[in-house]
Amino acid sequence: MEAANGIEVEGLVREYKKGPRAVDGIDISVAPGEIYGFLGPNGAGKSTTVHVLTTLLPPTAGTARVGGYDVVKDGPKVRGLIGVALQEAALDPLLTGRDHLRLQATLQGVRKDQRAARAEELLHRVGLADAADRKVSGYSGGMKRRLDLALALIHSPRILFLDEPTTGLDPQSRTALWEEVSLLRREDRVTVFLTTQYLEEADVLADRVGIIDQGKIVAEGTPAELKAEIGRPSVHAIPHAEEDRPRIAEFLAQFGEPLASSRDVAVRLRAGLGLTDIVRAVDQNGVDIADLELRAPTLDDVFLAKTGRTLEGATEEADTEQQEKQRR
Amino acid sequence: MNTWPQVGAIARRSVVRTSRQPASVIPPLIFPIALMAVNAGGLQSSVDLPGFPTESFLAFALAVPFIQGALFSTMNAGTDLARDVQTGFINRLALTALRDWALLTGQLAGVVVLGIVQVAFYIAVGVGVGVEFESGALGIAVLLVYGAIVSLSFGALGAWLAFRTGSGETIQALFPVLFVFLFISSMNTPRDLIGVEWFRIAATLNPVSYMIECVRSLIITGWDPQALALGFGFVIVLGLLSLMLASRALRTRMTRT
Repeated sequence: MEAANGIEVEGLVREYKKGPRAVDGIDISVAPGEIYGFLGPNGAGKSTTVHVLTTLLPPTAGTARVGGYDVVKDGPKVRGLIGVALQEAALDPLLTGRDHLRLQATLQGVRKDQRAARAEELLHRVGLADAADRKVSGYSGGMKRRLDLALALIHSPRILFLDEPTTGLDPQSRTALWEEVSLLRREDRVTVFLTTQYLEEADVLADRVGIIDQGKIVAEGTPAELKAEIGRPSVHAIPHAEEDRPRIAEFLAQFGEPLASSRDVAVRLRAGLGLTDIVRAVDQNGVDIADLELRAPTLDDVFLAKTGRTLEGATEEADTEQQEKQRR
Repeated sequence: MNTWPQVGAIARRSVVRTSRQPASVIPPLIFPIALMAVNAGGLQSSVDLPGFPTESFLAFALAVPFIQGALFSTMNAGTDLARDVQTGFINRLALTALRDWALLTGQLAGVVVLGIVQVAFYIAVGVGVGVEFESGALGIAVLLVYGAIVSLSFGALGAWLAFRTGSGETIQALFPVLFVFLFISSMNTPRDLIGVEWFRIAATLNPVSYMIECVRSLIITGWDPQALALGFGFVIVLGLLSLMLASRALRTRMTRT
């Protein structure tokens, strides 16, 4: 049975009427029991992919199988084996946490004699036992997210979709949710498809990461593999004064390819060079630099290498586009 | 999977939601009774008109809250469902094994339960102020059934508007339009005694008049087969039409493969 807990996507396309291709021919393969991180900026196509994989949207082209079932032909079967926490934790502010779990358990077909115990178990698991009988309108953002996760787990799904589960959460709530997701995989062998725009989240949590930009997957692999692909570390110099930037950039260019950065002056080091080479050269040439830092490649470097933009910059771009659309 | 527990769960949610919003519970109970009291105070002398069917205007006017309360049900049911569309709660429901018809049936079952509570309250007020129900205990039972059917039909209308527009604000904006139908009916005067011709024609063409007259006949006349047939007939037609439209709109709104 476990072999059927994976996700297989081939050439998936989703077009909106009069809109761009939100998802543009992606291929994804998620193994049973794996945590797959789907990383990308706002508007990259992450949520649209989740909506297609969870049967809320039909694909325009391509195929997707979840738990061995085709998302178009076997919608009800797919829904029966997945748990989903969408980007907006759509909860009823007038119901209590326990009301939500009882409703969800009934709608998901949990046996009547098991509903109360299952709800209680999940309330304890996500740390909401004390708040179970309070109306959701009084919950914090983190509590709503945890309730949303509990609702997604009520029928013990084999595959879990989490669409930006930690967006807007404080660091403590974020860490607690990461631990819960790790536990699910470790103890229950649940396959997790997690979208995020946080590099750290993908890095810490995911076994493998797919990076999506403008509807296309631009890179895929384990975080370590992806960073190794970039290979060389980068050196970041912080100038004393803004007017020193061009001079420092010119100086550092002899050690590697320049990197776009608004905060500092950075280069990706050429093979065989290290920080000591630069420090020595700085001393010898009397270059005035406030600070110098060597950084191992990050997933943001991977994103930058593949798209020519930083993830943060791409997110800001998408947000600006969205605001302009709304103004129009 | 057995669908009836799902219907029950959705109905329960509908009732719990409403019971936790005093603004949804109190106005449908109080406003129609207050309006009836004001009208009864000001229009009591109408009973002196030759051919007026009763000596108690209160008994005559008691039929109006039944329909006015149902209009409140329309707005509440519609606003609740529209909010589910707006907040994405409907996606949460769509991701479960819930069947489309179970969502609609459950939601309307909740509306019907509240509709029956409203009707029971209006009957209790009527009995409390001394209105005698000419059709007796069986007539009161028929009134409860009729109240349930009216709530179902008007609730389905609200559900259709909700699924169609997906906007609680739009439904609230439509509420006064629905109220116009109440005011251009025979709510305050028997149709044959309305002196203004255009108003009499409008009231005669308005199905709401027949719904009010159906309730009224059970209170002040006894058993009037024609009034009952017209009242039940119009409300059943409205109900079937609204249910058909609501089901269609729900299928479009609750998209899933």
